[in-house]
Formats: sequence, C-alpha cells, structure tokens
Amino acid sequence: MQYHSPASFEDAVGIAASADGTTRFLAGGTDVLVQLRADVFTPDVLIDVKNIEGVKDIVCEDGGWRIGAAVSGAEMSENAELARQWPGLVEAMDLIGSTQVQGRATLVGNLCNGSPAADSVPAMFAADVSANITGPNGERRVAVSEIPVGPGKTSLEKGEVITALHIPQRGDNAADAYLRFIPRTEMDIAVVGCAVNLRLDGDTISEARVSLGAVAPKVLLVDEAAQAIIGTSLDENALNALAAAASAACNPINDKRGTIKFRTHVAGVLARRAAKIAYDRVRASK
Amino acid sequence: MALDDKKNGEFKVVGTRPNRPDGVDKVTGRARFGADVSAPGMLHAAIVRSPHAHAKILKIDTSRAMASKDVKAVVTRADFAEGLEGDDLNVLENVMAGEKALYDGHAVAAVAATSPLAARDAAKLIDVTYEILPHVTDVDKAMAKDAPVIREGAADKSVPPGLHPNVVRYHESGHGDVEEGFAQADLVIEDSFVTEAAHQGYIEPHACLAQLDADGKGEVWCCTQGHFNVQKICAKLVGTDASQIRVTASEIGGGFGGKTAVFIEPVALALSRKTNRPVKLVMSRAEVFRATGPTASTSMDIKIGMTSDGKITAGQGTFRLQGGAFPGAPMEFTAMCAFAPYNLENVFQVGYDVMSNRPKQAAYRAPGSPMAAFAVESVIDELCSQLGLDPIEVRLMNASKEGTKASYGPRFDRIGLVETLEAAKAHPHYSAPLAEGLGRGVSCGFWFNHGGETAVTLALSEDGTAALSVGTPDIGGSRASMCQMVAEELGIPYEKIRTTVADTATLGYNEVSHGSRVTYASGLAAINASRDAVEKLCGRAAAKWGIDPEAVYWDSGYAKPSGPNAGDFEPLALADITKNMGATGGPIVGHFEATPEGAGVSFATHIVDARVDKETGKTSVERYTVVQDAGKAIHPTYVEGQYQGGAAQGIGWALNEEYIYGEDGRLQNANFLDYRIPVASDLPMIDTVIVEVPNPGHPYGVRGVGETSICPPLAAIANAVSGAAGVRLKQLPMSPPRILEALDVQANG
Ligand SMILES: Cc1cc2nc3c(=O)[nH]c(=O)nc-3n(C[C@H](O)[C@H](O)[C@H](O)COP(=O)(O)OP(=O)(O)OC[C@H]3O[C@@H](n4cnc5c(N)ncnc54)[C@H](O)[C@@H]3O)c2cc1C
Repeated sequence: MQYHSPASFEDAVGIAASADGTTRFLAGGTDVLVQLRADVFTPDVLIDVKNIEGVKDIVCEDGGWRIGAAVSGAEMSENAELARQWPGLVEAMDLIGSTQVQGRATLVGNLCNGSPAADSVPAMFAADVSANITGPNGERRVAVSEIPVGPGKTSLEKGEVITALHIPQRGDNAADAYLRFIPRTEMDIAVVGCAVNLRLDGDTISEARVSLGAVAPKVLLVDEAAQAIIGTSLDENALNALAAAASAACNPINDKRGTIKFRTHVAGVLARRAAKIAYDRVRASK
Repeated sequence: MALDDKKNGEFKVVGTRPNRPDGVDKVTGRARFGADVSAPGMLHAAIVRSPHAHAKILKIDTSRAMASKDVKAVVTRADFAEGLEGDDLNVLENVMAGEKALYDGHAVAAVAATSPLAARDAAKLIDVTYEILPHVTDVDKAMAKDAPVIREGAADKSVPPGLHPNVVRYHESGHGDVEEGFAQADLVIEDSFVTEAAHQGYIEPHACLAQLDADGKGEVWCCTQGHFNVQKICAKLVGTDASQIRVTASEIGGGFGGKTAVFIEPVALALSRKTNRPVKLVMSRAEVFRATGPTASTSMDIKIGMTSDGKITAGQGTFRLQGGAFPGAPMEFTAMCAFAPYNLENVFQVGYDVMSNRPKQAAYRAPGSPMAAFAVESVIDELCSQLGLDPIEVRLMNASKEGTKASYGPRFDRIGLVETLEAAKAHPHYSAPLAEGLGRGVSCGFWFNHGGETAVTLALSEDGTAALSVGTPDIGGSRASMCQMVAEELGIPYEKIRTTVADTATLGYNEVSHGSRVTYASGLAAINASRDAVEKLCGRAAAKWGIDPEAVYWDSGYAKPSGPNAGDFEPLALADITKNMGATGGPIVGHFEATPEGAGVSFATHIVDARVDKETGKTSVERYTVVQDAGKAIHPTYVEGQYQGGAAQGIGWALNEEYIYGEDGRLQNANFLDYRIPVASDLPMIDTVIVEVPNPGHPYGVRGVGETSICPPLAAIANAVSGAAGVRLKQLPMSPPRILEALDVQANG
C-alpha cells in the first residue's frame, strides 16, 4: 500500500488518476482506517487530503456556506452560526460516533463511504447541499443527492475528489431536523434515518424536502413525502399523509439491524417526528 | 463509631472502602494485560477458522503459506496430543477441529509468522478444502426429528431413549405431586419462553504469550480466570506434564465466566514447540464472538398454579438449552435455579442439553440461572397481575427460608431472600408513583455459589509487612478484599499488605475464579492462613517470654500474655517478632489449603422501571434498584460494583444483545456495532442495597456476590416492559422489532 499526502487537490487528482489498483482518500479515516484494521478493505493507494490548504475552512460564501473536505463534526458543532441556521444538518453530523470520532469524521467521508445508513447524508439531501468536484476532466458541481449510487458506491469517476461542500443560503422562516432510530442511545448505526427541511409562509409550509436513510440501497429524497405537507400547517392529516408517503417510499432489507416491516413503519414515525421538530423550530425562531 | 453501627462494630478494616491496590496501574495504563508482554525472538500467530457452520475437512494445504520467508510454522490437529477422551477430547476438538468443523469460526489451523500482519496474511494462504454438511443452530430445530446430527454417540446415559442424538444430557428434579398442586390452584398459567445466546462481552480479547521447549518445559502468560486450569489443559493437549508448564495470569479485562475456558494457549504452545520461539496469539473481537463461548440459548415451558390469595401450589418447568457443538449447556442449573426462591410443596423440572452448530457455550455469570428466572418470574408476574396481587407480597408469602426444602433437593441453611424482599418493599423506589407510560417489574433470583480447591500463602517480611499469594485471578477487586481480611486478622494496616495472584509454580492447585467463589474461598483461606501465621507469631513471643504458647494471644497486631497468670510482659508488635524471625526459628509463613464447602447460596430482588415507545418499540430503563444478600460485604464499593455490573449486563441481554445467525449458519453480528451491549448513556444510575445475612460457612459470613446479580434482571426488565407495553414479552432480547411485533399481534391478531 502506498501513502500520499499531496499539498494540492491538483496533485491529489494526479495521484488518484494514475493510481494502479484501488484508491481511497483519507479524510478523518474513521471509515477507511477502521476497514483497513478490520481487514475489510485494504486500498493500494491511500491519499491523505488533510494537508491541502482550505480543507478545514467553514466560511460564509454566496449567502450560504462552504465546508472544507476535512472539516470534522466537532468543528461544525462549535460553529454557532452554522448550528443556528442548519440545526438538522449539524445534529445529524453530531450523531456520528463518539467524542473521539467527532474529532475526525467529516461530511465528505460520510457521503463518499456510500453507506445507505450514513447519518449526515439524509440531512444533506434535505438541505440540498452540493459538492465541488475536481478531477482529470476539470471541475464540476453536483447536488449531493446525485453522489451515492448504491451501498459503498458513488458517482465519482476515477481520479475525482470532492474539494468542498456548499450549503445553500438559509433564507427566512426555515429550519431542518434529523432523527435516526437506533436501539441504543449512541454508538450505533441508523436502522432508519429521516431529515426534514421546511420553509413556512405564516403557518403554512411553502417548501419542504424529506429524505430517508437506511431504508433502501441508497439514501432517498422522497418528493411524495414533501408534497404531502406542502401547503399544510402540519395538521394531523398532513402528518398521516407524510408518514404514509415515507413508509411507501421504503425499499429496505431484512437484516441483523431491523426487519422490512419495522423499518417501513418506523420511517413513517420518524418522518412525523422530524417534521414536527423542524416546524416548531421555524415557529420558535420567529 | 456510632452505636447504631454495632453490626460492624467488631470489624476494623472489613466493611470499609479503601482504594484497590491495582487501581493506579489500571487508570494510568501501566497494568499489563494479556497482549501487553513480548519476548525476544517472539513470533505472532493467527488462526484459520472455518467459514462454514458444519463441514468435513477434506484437506489442509499449507504450501502457499509456508512459501513465505516470514512464515515459520503451521499447526493443525496433527500437532496435538492423541488418544484424549471425554472432556479433554471435547476441549481439544474445540481448540482445533479434527475431522469436522462444527461451527462458523471453528479453528482448523494456525500459523506463526514474524509479525501480526504476516501471520494474518499467511492465514489466508492456507487452503482448506471442505465438504459442506447440513447444519442447525436453533435449539428446537436441533432436537427435531430430521435435524442434522452434530456428532453421533455424544449423548450420555442420562438421556432417555427415543430422543434425537443431538440431545446429549437430560436432567430431572423436584418433589411432591405437581398435578395435585395444579388441582389446588385457583389460576394456572402455562406459557413458553425463548432467550437468545448472549456473549459475556468482556473488553479484553483473549491473548497469550507461550513458549514450549523440545523437552516439554513450557511457560505461558495469558489472560484467564484460572491459570491452574490453563496449565492442566495445556499439558494434556500438547502432551506434557502439568508441572512442567508454568502459567502466569495477566491482569484481566473482564471474564464473567467466559475466561474459565481455554481456547488459544495450547495453539500458541504447539506453534512454539514447532518453531522453538516464543509465540504470541491475540484474538480479534470477531474471533471472540465467533469462537469463544456465549451463553446457551434456551426454549422453555413453564406452568405455575396459584391460589387467589397468592400461594403457589405447584411449579413445573421444561428447559431446553443449546450449548453449541459440544455437551455442556448448563440446563441442570437452569432447572435447579428456576424455582429455588420459592417454598413449594410440588415442583418438577426437566432439562435438555442440546448440541447445535454454534460455538461451545461458556460459563456466563450464574450459568443457566438468569434464563430460568426470566421464564418463571414472568409467569409469576402474570399470575399476580391477573389475580390483582402485589408482586412483592406474593413473593414474600412463598419465599424460601432457613429449613425450606429447596426445589433442587437440599434444605436451605440460613438464607436472606426474605430480607431482600423486605428491603425492596421498604425501598422508596417500590412506593414511588409510576409515571404515565412506565411499567414496573420485580423479580427474585438465585445462585448456588461455590467453594472449590484453594491454596494460599501468607509470607511475613522482616519489616512487619505481609505478602499474600493467591491462585485466583482478580476479576472484581478481590485483591483489595484479601488485603482487608488479612489486615483484620493480623492487626496491621491495609496498606502494609500486598496480595499477588501468584503463578502455578508458587502455590497448590486453585480452581478458576468462578462460582462467585473468590472472596468466599480465597478469603476464607487468607483468613485461615493469617490465623496460621498468628499462631506462629504467638509461638515466637511465647518462646521469648519463656511461657506456654497457649498463654499468648493476638490482639490488634500485638502478641500479649493472656492474663496475670501468664506473666507480665510488654506486648510484642508483629514487626518486633518478624524483625528477628531468622534467628528465632526462621521465616514465618501462614498457609491454607483446602476445598471449602460452605459457600452460602445467595438471593436478590430487583426493581425496574421501564418506558416503552409504542411507536418504535424502543425501551429505556429509567430506574433500577438491586437488593442482594452479600452475607458480609468485605469491600462494599466492590460489592455494589458487582450488583451494578450484573444489572447492566442483564439490561443488555434483556433488550438488545443476541447472537444472530443467517440461513447459512454464519454469525451475522460478530462485532460491537451489531452485537449491541448497552453503552453508558443507555443505563440509569443503578441503585444498590446490600443486605447482610451472614453465611455460616465463612468466618466473616461472606457469600459470593458476582453472579446472583445477573439472575433477576432479565425477568425484572421483562415484567417492567410488559407492563409498559401492555403485552407480555416472551422472547429475549426484547429488541424494538420484537416489541412492535408483539404489539401488532395483540392489536391485529
Ligand atoms: C466508532 C465509530 C462510530 C461511527 N458512528 C457513525 C454514525 O453514528 N453514523 C454514521 O453515519 N457513521 C458513523 N461512523 C462512520 C464514519 O465515522 C463516518 O462515515 C464519517 O463521516 C466518515 O468520515 P471520515 O472523514 O472519517 O471518512 P474517511 O474514512 O476518511 O473516508 C471515507 C470515504 O470517503 C472517501 N473520501 C474521503 N474524502 C474524500 C474526498 N475529499 N473526495 C472523495 N472521496 C473522499 C474515502 O475514499 C472513503 O471511501 C462511525 C465510525 C466509527 C469508527
């Protein structure tokens, strides 16, 4: 195995594009190094991105936010303004692992590890986060929701690396929330995850995005669930329609972590609960 | 000392809470555990494990592995002793498979190489050809007519004819006439219960460093609950004399019974013999889950009759335990413990030990008892709720007492069940109003406790200090308790005593640290060794004073003449005597070697409040109180630690821990992510009440406390959860999907 620690994304792309065998980028390493130690996956080429300038930045940009590719969960939680604007996204990232893991784990790593149960990913889908990608064929910017394609798989091409994530402008009367179901209180993997991002006009929901994790081969953006609550004031009927739409979107598996029946049911429960939290957050912020 | 503290009035050190002598080493990281030692020229080993639940081993080709210059040796079954029988053969079969691999994770070969990575990679280059056989991992299926046979002829004579060959032992006990008892009942409830296998979940994986020379002399450093047992088994499995193998126990990162078994030490010795180098072998967490012993899984039927005022008229239980691919599931303990808390005229219990394609079960805190309590105490709870009776009053009405003929045969000596029930009833927890959405559960639990072969030495030093050597690894703060008991007897300060877990060359045979026996048996031995030393000290004083040894007595660290008739001499402190001991007769050493038989049985009563989220099936344990009889708490903090630990492990077992097997017979969750033990934030502060009803079989009244604490939790939590959910949960763990399923079945049939 080779280890590289390039000083620029250009160099990182060069190494990755010409690498023989399998490649991994090393952000926090909380997936990569764990898989290495557990003998699950040993890459031929390991490219550390942490020595590239700007990867630790959290900056306001174009009214939104740019989050560097190596910003850790702990750094996000400590940014009070970010947490105020995007409580759901920050709490989703903050749910990952322990204090130790929080010091290392990144949004980009969580996204590119490709787990359908990744906690920050539904929150990024709901928030409509996009990624800046650099590769052998230049730069592109894509919605995060286009990156995961299946368990452990992303749409990134060989040699492509994410340089930063962009969180859109928050705007007024809006908030997000994320909930996951785990049988314990922490240090567990989501059996179901649900993020809801809302904007209100008065008491009425004018915009909504609903995303589910761990209920399908990849994280889902569930438009039917969003439509179920847009134009409502989140009354009981709307919540029921939301839960039904969330459950209907599920395509889970039976495994050691939960059954199809359980996941499908709990997706609806979490959607209701997360929507209520987001809704109450908007109202509380007025 | 306050006058109301009379109970402890006679003790000066026992009952206090000094810091444990091993504490600083542990919190500073200096303590040496199994994997913390190295030797010059050491090799690293890795084990090749079967990926199949049941398969014939056709061929093991080591040529690809041996081609590497880093690889020094491979061992297979051919490198171990031949001609073993009975239990010895079973241990060898488990340590290294013979003709068949019997479970996913079964060791089939091992390799020694120059680094851990080289060993791991070499293990992948050992080509094993298998012929896959049909497998079974479920206890009920393993008993069914068409189940694949794990091993022909494994059953012993206890098994009645007509049962499947996988049923290898049978047990029956009880007294009275249960049919007559059921006829006297106003309500009879009969139900079935299932529990999954739970792993002890110790933090430290098994690890050892071993050397075996060509002349049969060996050294082993390992993490174990019993190094004398390691010595005995290693000698048999590698074919040398027990006395030629010296075993030293490392500090231990948890055992809970699981480290009473031997898995890797004989393998490291065999590799060392082949390479003439020391060999280190450390298990990964996945190996710990796949190849060491979880507890047995169970399937149980219970029938209990009760009068409308709460008297139990009869109890009957059938307990089927699956203990992996070898005989030994502790079904007789399950059967014997099931009704032990109750004074029953009519009781009958049956146990089946069933083999399946799973790892050999190992002891886990009160092996077999927690499951029995789950089944029996759930039915008692159901009876109480259907008859509108208070669960503690009913248990008090039926409680076993001194003189009760136990459900498993003997008459109880002085026991403390009633006292734990009274203390539970009086505890503020029991009378606290129950908030909306919560359920409250109560359960009793019982464990036998054990004595066992024990040998200790107490050597006094010239400077008046004392060194106690014990042969029981310290798995719960026992070195502190030993120092306290010796301090109490010798009358010197706690800090002036050091207790060491000595190696197998130093002491006579000591049974493993199991059966909650250490504070009882090694403690009794330490007290008696101290008294032996005191007798010798008094003898030296007598010789100095020129009086009869009988005319000297020991009081708070001093030899004193016993009265005016004995003469008027200035008392001699311990250090005054040891200072000159070389010239007055030689070293002063106290000894004790015996198999003490007076381990008092122990009972506990637990109270639990739990909340169930009926939309997701998730349980949170909101309040927990343990009340248990310790006989005499030598070090109350460590007694409380045992109580809390038993409750914490019980919470895990009750709610989320389970061995999950796929259709292919492979373990699905061999890691701590998916084998869900509770994390700290899952637990409430666990309140403890120490009841002290002295055990007549110990000089200070000690009863073992390590195991009884895990007997009531499964039932107490199940009763609380069933109350909160409004539906009886009969299968463990009560994971969220199972709770939702039970609610769904209740609502929709
Ligand atoms: C104890 C523990 C608990 C955990 N708990 C959770 C949890 O609760 N929820 C959860 O979702 N996850 C959890 N995880 C998984 C992990 O921590 C997260 O997925 C984390 O966000 C990964 O980030 P990282 O920076 O450590 O990624 P790394 O391990 O560094 O990388 C992960 C993947 O991302 C790729 N990658 C990294 N940087 C880039 C880049 N710039 N461009 C392209 N690809 C890139 C790598 O090639 C690799 O495939 C846990 C892990 C541990 C060890």
